[in-house]
Amino acid sequence: MTRFSATILVLGLTAIPAGAQDTKKEIQKYQQMIAEGSPVELFELEGETLWKKPQGPNNVSLEKCDLGQGPGVLKGAYARLPRYFKDADRVMDLETRLLHCMTTLQGRSRDEATKRVFGNENQPSEMEYLSAYIASQSRGVRLAAGNSHPKEKEAYELGKALFFYRAGAWDMSCASCHGEDNKRIRMQDLPVLYKPQAARPIMATWPAYRVSNSQFKTMQWRLNDCYRQMRFPEPKFASEATNALNTFLTVTAAGEPYRGPGTKR
Amino acid sequence: MAGPMKMRATATGGTTEVRVLMTHPMTTAQMKDQPLHFIQNVVVKQNGKTVIEAEISQAVSRNPVFSFRLKGGAKGDKIEVSWVDNKGESNTIETAVA
Repeated sequence: MTRFSATILVLGLTAIPAGAQDTKKEIQKYQQMIAEGSPVELFELEGETLWKKPQGPNNVSLEKCDLGQGPGVLKGAYARLPRYFKDADRVMDLETRLLHCMTTLQGRSRDEATKRVFGNENQPSEMEYLSAYIASQSRGVRLAAGNSHPKEKEAYELGKALFFYRAGAWDMSCASCHGEDNKRIRMQDLPVLYKPQAARPIMATWPAYRVSNSQFKTMQWRLNDCYRQMRFPEPKFASEATNALNTFLTVTAAGEPYRGPGTKR
Repeated sequence: MAGPMKMRATATGGTTEVRVLMTHPMTTAQMKDQPLHFIQNVVVKQNGKTVIEAEISQAVSRNPVFSFRLKGGAKGDKIEVSWVDNKGESNTIETAVA
């Protein structure tokens, strides 16, 4: 309580920029504290179990799933997604690729595999557990989403266009919130995601555990929820649009060592 | 069925730092249609000898993480952490100090 009143006193005496600095420092301290108490590893463990669990009509596990580095290779796979996959002839991010493996390898129907892609605090989804496990296998690997194949370049351009595309009931675009420096909503800094220096730390820590609702969240969920907040129609899971946006953001963040799955407020 | 636990124990010159994660819903009685369900007791053993007996309340968050330092402890020592909740469910994890 003493420190709290001291902060107010400082705010009263000094110019606004110093106050803003203070707030930023306090937010950083808070973020560090929640990161230290993160239960992310529990999701990784559960994800590993699911990865190895035989499922679907074919009763096989996902262990033969090719995430871009060869069947079953997980080390560094997440850091190099989204990328172009020849067998599917499209650019895929992690969850899209997992869905592909569930339908091809395990023989599950798309409807069944996507019935519950976003979980809740009582029952996280399969995608959430799997993302936690697979992303954890890329810790320390530099982000290098595909950006050479014509389809990858096309996805990047489409993602960029979508990022700045204003529409919906409120006539908003991603850039309405993430297009200007030094903006935040309550405790959340709003990173200017088309700029590499802002996109890098963000993309290097998703997917992530959110302490405010005790849930593990994937990138597909993050994009879906941004569209919900903008009052757009709901984007389809693993659609071309969400993959394009993810490609645009991850390519922008290229070079950053992956250090997720992260912990968010 | 109790969900997974994870633990790390590291010797840091004279003390042992332990960090343990538990999967648990930790529901309070304040939520509608959710039965009271929380971890009640946590026991920490060092080489079979009880060093901490803790009572945990509903105030602790879902999927709790506990960090603490134990006096002494050398590499290879066995640290065991177990919990029991109000429904009698329990889980245990054991690890060697690294």
